[in-house]
Amino acid sequence: MSIDKIWVLAEAADGSPISSTLELLTQARSMAATVEAVTWGGDAAALAGELGNYGASAVHDVGDLGGSLPGAPVAGAIAALIAGGNRPDVILVPTTYDGRDIAGRLSVKLDLPVITNVVGLSSDGDTVTSEHGVFGGAQLVHAQFTAATPWIFIVRAKSFTAEPSGGGAAPVSAVAVPELGSTGTATVLQRHVEERQGPKLDEADVVVSGGRGLGSAEAYALVEELAKLLRGAAGASRAIVDAGWVPYSHQVGQTGKTVKPTLYLALGISGATQHMVGMKGSKNIVAINKDRDAPIFSIADLGIVGDVHKVVPKLIEALKARG
Amino acid sequence: MNVVVCVKQIPDPAAPQALDPQTHNLVREGKLILDDSDSYGVEMALQLAEQAGGGEVTIVSMAPNGETSGLRTALAMGAAKAILISDEALRGSDALSTAKVLAKAIERVSPDLVLAATESTDGYTGTTPVQVAELLGLPSITFAKKVSIAGGKVTVERQTEAGYDEVECPLPAVVTVTAGVVEPRYPSFKGIMAAKSKPVDQLTVADLGLEGQVGSAGARQAITDVADADTRQSGEIVVDEGDAHERVVQFLEQLKLV
Repeated sequence: MSIDKIWVLAEAADGSPISSTLELLTQARSMAATVEAVTWGGDAAALAGELGNYGASAVHDVGDLGGSLPGAPVAGAIAALIAGGNRPDVILVPTTYDGRDIAGRLSVKLDLPVITNVVGLSSDGDTVTSEHGVFGGAQLVHAQFTAATPWIFIVRAKSFTAEPSGGGAAPVSAVAVPELGSTGTATVLQRHVEERQGPKLDEADVVVSGGRGLGSAEAYALVEELAKLLRGAAGASRAIVDAGWVPYSHQVGQTGKTVKPTLYLALGISGATQHMVGMKGSKNIVAINKDRDAPIFSIADLGIVGDVHKVVPKLIEALKARG
Repeated sequence: MNVVVCVKQIPDPAAPQALDPQTHNLVREGKLILDDSDSYGVEMALQLAEQAGGGEVTIVSMAPNGETSGLRTALAMGAAKAILISDEALRGSDALSTAKVLAKAIERVSPDLVLAATESTDGYTGTTPVQVAELLGLPSITFAKKVSIAGGKVTVERQTEAGYDEVECPLPAVVTVTAGVVEPRYPSFKGIMAAKSKPVDQLTVADLGLEGQVGSAGARQAITDVADADTRQSGEIVVDEGDAHERVVQFLEQLKLV
């Protein structure tokens, strides 16, 4: 069989496609002649220009969800489209909260497996091979489906570089949501937007992260202050998120965000494989840790063996003195 | 209120890991432990059952080799019983096959609420709980950082990119919890002793009527090759003698970040 048509789940936020959506559209263009986007949330008309500019030739719009969580209605609408004979060969899904919900439900509706945590994709026209980092990225695994199509891949952010194709706005067609029964009853009552200072963690040019070596939740203030001074974002290892020092949204790693900043500064992070998989793609890594044998030093361009409580306050003072 | 918690027993993440060169499955020899991520779901379930004034917490898990040491940890924390689907035929199962097995076992309990971690520490596909919900025809709310139950509904603070959403759905439902949703208790000595005699119901794939649909046959995906990734070289190491911060400043200057 040949790969002719790919659908990209085009998640959006604040009226624009998220960066993963544009990365996936760009990659899809290199794998199939026809690339189409699936949107939801009621912004399709506003999104169609940018989706077209990155390669989508059509937009299938599930529309406003009336406060429902997207998982069940979007999966239901896609399954109904496919049952109606519009069948893509590949569906690309971003690794996001809603993306995984949609893919999980769609997988059951189609009784087809899902390949997750994809960091690379290649196609020879008939098959698609996915790439995955395992054991903290120490090994690369390649995988293929032996199942019927559509092949559903959930792809991690920053696996590809988004580049516009220069295409015109994609025509939008509405897709109906079928009756969902009780599966569609999860409803958002209220959205809470937390105040955020500085750049987003996965878009920042500098990321300063803290780990267990900080010793206490209060010491995370050092991470935040240094991040602010360097106009970067503050991140965290899983250990201190699990300990409740900082919210999950700060987590860098396998179970958190993938970051590839110009500079990653790891403070009191030992470098568990779970953490390294999310940051080893950084262009430059500086680690400060008092344990000379910490695994983080094996990937650091500059490693400081020392106490974060001594080195970091001096570093902050030195940067402040420069103004 | 009866709560099922789906848990996974995994090799100790601190121990070296490897893929089997023939099957490309993760090598799972030696002792398995309760995935740390699952301790939050177990604790949440115990607290919710307690707040509801009664009901049982049942642990549901699958493992190819009859391993129960991780389940005993959950039982020692206070869960009443466990169901372990244990069968050689489960080896090589993907997330969808796992969900089919868990869903069939959960049906036997008819719980008011099913809890799971957002993803396991070793496989981290993060799709299984939602697949379970779809198979059972239930609503689901993922990435909970707070869970409460009232009036036949579950209300969740769900983590989002921007902050969190307050999300509600009627019970029964599936909810996945992030770390930090509650502080897991340490099993007491009394709990550990009591766990030894709590029931662990062992089921096979045939008991669930899923022969031929799960395990590597059901996975319908194959690893084509495994290779070592390019290794990143370690760079300069400086032992702090009071002035190491100056070297960091220099490094930042080289990158034109200051």
